[in-house]
Amino acid sequence: MEKYLEVWDKDQKEYPVYKHFANKIYEKGLSDKFGIYKTGFIGFYSNSPMIKIIPDNIIYSNFTDYDADEILENIEQNKILEKFRLKYDNRYLNIPEKNDINKQYKIVTRNSGYIDPENINDYIARNGYKALEKVIFDITADDVINELKISRLRGRGGAGFPTGIKWEYTQKQESNKKYIICNADEGDPGAYMDRSILESDPHSIIEGMVIAGYTVGAEQGYIYIRAEYPLAIKRLEIAIQQAKNLGLIGTNILGSNFNFDIELRLGAGAFVCGEETALIASIEGKRGNPRPRPPFPAIEGLWEEPTVINNVETFANIPVILDKGGKWFAGVGTEKSSGTKVFALTGKVVNPGLVEVPMGTTLREIIFDIGGGITDNKRFKAVQIGGPSGSILPEQYLDIPVDYENLESIGSIMGSGGMIVMDEDDCIVDITKFYLQFSIDESCGKCFPCRIGGKQLYELLTKISDGNGKIEDITKLKRIGMAMQKASLCGLGKTTPNPVISTLNYFEQEYMDHIKNKTCKPGKCKNLVTYLILEGLCTGCHLCVMKCPVNAINGRKRNPHNIIQDNCIKCGQCAQICKFNAIKRY
Amino acid sequence: METLKIKINGIECQVKKGETILDAAKTVHIKIPTLCKHPDLISTGACGLCSVKQNGKNKLLRACTTFVEEGMDIITHDGELYEIRKNILQLILSAHPNDCLICQRNGDCELQKLAMDFGIREQIFTSIVKDIPNDTSTHAIIMDPVKCIGCGRCVDVCQNIQGIWALEFLYRGFDMRIAPAGYLSLKESPCIKCGQCTVYCPVGALVEIDETHKVWNVLGNKELYPVVQIAPAVKVSVGEDVGLESGTILSKKLYALLRAIGFKAVFDTNFGAELTIMEQGTELVEIVKNKRLDKLPLITSFCPAGIDYVEKYYPELIANCSKIKSPYKMVGSLAKTFYAERMNIDPAKIFMVSIMPCTVTKYEITKAEEMFPNGYRDVDISLTTRELVRMIKASGIQFLELKEEEVDNIPGYPAGNKTIFGITGSIMESVLKTAYILLMGKKLENLEFTQIKEIKRVQTAIIPIKGFGLKVAVANGIASVKQVLEEIRKAKIEKRDIPYHFIELMACEDGCIGGGGQPYGVTNEIKEKRTKSLYTSSNS
Repeated sequence: MEKYLEVWDKDQKEYPVYKHFANKIYEKGLSDKFGIYKTGFIGFYSNSPMIKIIPDNIIYSNFTDYDADEILENIEQNKILEKFRLKYDNRYLNIPEKNDINKQYKIVTRNSGYIDPENINDYIARNGYKALEKVIFDITADDVINELKISRLRGRGGAGFPTGIKWEYTQKQESNKKYIICNADEGDPGAYMDRSILESDPHSIIEGMVIAGYTVGAEQGYIYIRAEYPLAIKRLEIAIQQAKNLGLIGTNILGSNFNFDIELRLGAGAFVCGEETALIASIEGKRGNPRPRPPFPAIEGLWEEPTVINNVETFANIPVILDKGGKWFAGVGTEKSSGTKVFALTGKVVNPGLVEVPMGTTLREIIFDIGGGITDNKRFKAVQIGGPSGSILPEQYLDIPVDYENLESIGSIMGSGGMIVMDEDDCIVDITKFYLQFSIDESCGKCFPCRIGGKQLYELLTKISDGNGKIEDITKLKRIGMAMQKASLCGLGKTTPNPVISTLNYFEQEYMDHIKNKTCKPGKCKNLVTYLILEGLCTGCHLCVMKCPVNAINGRKRNPHNIIQDNCIKCGQCAQICKFNAIKRY
Repeated sequence: METLKIKINGIECQVKKGETILDAAKTVHIKIPTLCKHPDLISTGACGLCSVKQNGKNKLLRACTTFVEEGMDIITHDGELYEIRKNILQLILSAHPNDCLICQRNGDCELQKLAMDFGIREQIFTSIVKDIPNDTSTHAIIMDPVKCIGCGRCVDVCQNIQGIWALEFLYRGFDMRIAPAGYLSLKESPCIKCGQCTVYCPVGALVEIDETHKVWNVLGNKELYPVVQIAPAVKVSVGEDVGLESGTILSKKLYALLRAIGFKAVFDTNFGAELTIMEQGTELVEIVKNKRLDKLPLITSFCPAGIDYVEKYYPELIANCSKIKSPYKMVGSLAKTFYAERMNIDPAKIFMVSIMPCTVTKYEITKAEEMFPNGYRDVDISLTTRELVRMIKASGIQFLELKEEEVDNIPGYPAGNKTIFGITGSIMESVLKTAYILLMGKKLENLEFTQIKEIKRVQTAIIPIKGFGLKVAVANGIASVKQVLEEIRKAKIEKRDIPYHFIELMACEDGCIGGGGQPYGVTNEIKEKRTKSLYTSSNS
């Protein structure tokens, strides 16, 4: 084989592009020269389909079936076809060491895009299940925990609890039954790290879980995954079955006397079930309400037995750490936060996608170097980190290295890894309202501060964005936020006010604009926006009249038009279409 | 017991291991404010009012659910905590209606008391009270979702103590509400109207349907002849709401009071209970004498909530329930027949009010309109203990100063004033004694009930009658009743010998003294005092 073609397609069920290319290669008699295979995930979702050519490391995207001949011809002749080449494709390459070209460092997503997720042999060929073998035959459970402690791996679900210590708690508990749970109930808006890992490399999670089971002495594992991820569920089912067939899970794993089984549990779409105690209640068949901690699940978890519960990304790190050693892992990243973090970079960036960077990479590097900057050359305004529980950070923090400590010091959290970039067209009050809406919809409603506090915050923000805000509302927002952060029962309630508190800190002026001046500069708060036609500039071309979806523009041709304000829904389409800049937003 | 050294507000103290911070603070006479917490129910940590600080740590702890650890340094009250608690309280008040003046729990509401303690003088947050109609479908209980603060006490009682599962948390977030699952009204739900939820509710979200105004109307109506009966369990709990120690017995003062407010005759439901016992004893004797063992088990029928439960959950056992009326209906029926005849009163004019420790009687008297042997409704209105207290207060009579009076009797019948009925096991004991005399011609000696290990609140005994070991069981609290009936059901399906032949069931834990119509804010401690007092009075 001379070259390999990796195909990624949004339609992961049918894989039409893969089929088409495979046929073409066969028809052209190139089967000896070209190998083609499906892959789980290359790096970003905005462009589909994609083909990566190895060893050239070139990515083509946005082509159609008709272009197949041309692409294959060029590949054969070692030529690069610039018109289909993905912009900045070298920044997404899977180069395993840190380097200056792409600034990424792939540990968790090491196999994404390199293996066929539905084929266990691909995973094994890339050192898969080697760590498990080492754990079972060469080292003791204490060694595993020691190694994890040396690696200083911290939970990637958001709170960042040291994984080694968590496992040690459970290991030390004396109990006949212990459980391992993988939390794959990813729910932050705009986040899809776990989904991509599960879809592109399910075995890394399974291996991590089996190692955890061996270490703490558990024989049963559950993967709690949201039902909205059908492909991830399917791939996990296939992976579990394949691992069972090879004796990697089940009874007498690898011929030893260690037994471990994994079952899937599907979440029914409640965000709060990603909170560990609520998740456990949900697996037990109860309503997914969090309960107070302590006792922590490591001591008293599922069915009141000691339970290790870790996030997908944490489990994916385990095999690598045990394979390459904790010391090696600790060398990646910063002093206190080791390893890498996967972020789902979305919003107003040129290349939205999944990026994995070493801890300590600055926001600027992630957004501008890897993400390619802001779309349409607009101005960067803010970045939202950590999902609805996180904070909205302004430009002044672009150069802080991203790790647990730094984010905490500026009142944010690492969260699970959502990163949404906003530009000057986004209104902070509007964005904050959006996140709050999400959090209050997803609150379980059990604890009072979260249930009522969240609703009150939302009502106050609505009041402000409707132009009815008063100065004292800011104090009220802060009071409720404080009570919620301090006295809510679980992480969801404690972090619900984070977007409000952080924007009040960094964008107070914008709130004041809404309250005092009754203006919304980006024009998102519709009650504060008026569109007017400037008589002098209007030529009466009638274009806006035809465009207006609600017939709110009056006027005869060649005479200046005017907008009937009562009917206007402030969509702004007229201003966009006007060729003479005669429609202004106020 | 292992003790731990901790500091509370700088004071060193020794507390027992396994205690929560809340309990530990109590031992050093510090009261941490709570709202959702009830001493006998599961602590959920929902309200957040009991949050306390640990010196040097950022995170607050919930005092009601956090267990003490060696060396803890707890701060229970300071400026910041006060501010947080006040803000939470303000939030609760913003989602709670302001109609305290016309609320049934006015003056006896845990939220109102907290607002008072915290000196709340203005509502700083905009009111976001929900608009949901209340549920009065049961004729016994009003469920007002608007007033509900969502503490979940009623859910715990309904699901875990009573095992009924009529109440459940529905929806999420601010829309979360407590109601029967599946858009049902309480009437359509498995609710048995035991009213336990109303006793534990901290606010006015679950209350009995107040019918005192109807009674006042009747008392003012010259045409009618109002009579009243009072259940034994009421007599030991009324005192709690007029400032007396729990368990104070007020029978004779109550008789005097009821006459003073205008009832023409006062009966004691004990009299009905004695009749029930005779009837039930005879029923048991008939079965045993005729060797109709297929008719066993015999299930007592004096608890209407228990019967409602059997009808809903164990319909195959309906035929096994005793055919005897509940004691209060016995009295009602006799008052409108014998009493009317002997006193020469038109039975249509007799208006019977019963004062009961439960809410289910309100439902039961409306249950079957046509099933009255004498053509008149046995009981016209059934009041709870709480409503009686309201009537006492409205009457303005200082009833503790009244002279003690005796109860009326239906001419030719004894009045019946053994107070013991109302405690679990009392009816069973009496029925057995009666049946034993009828069958064996001698007194039953050495009747000892033993608590079963596997099931809480179930006691059993075996009585040898004519070579036949009669196994009896006394169960209180539906969760325990359920387990007994489940055993019967299983035995019947598997065609084994049934484990119990005669079962006394009471829907409420500890029997009628812990009934759903008893004063609000009941705890196991109070129930114990009531029980003790009933025992002493019946022995004296």
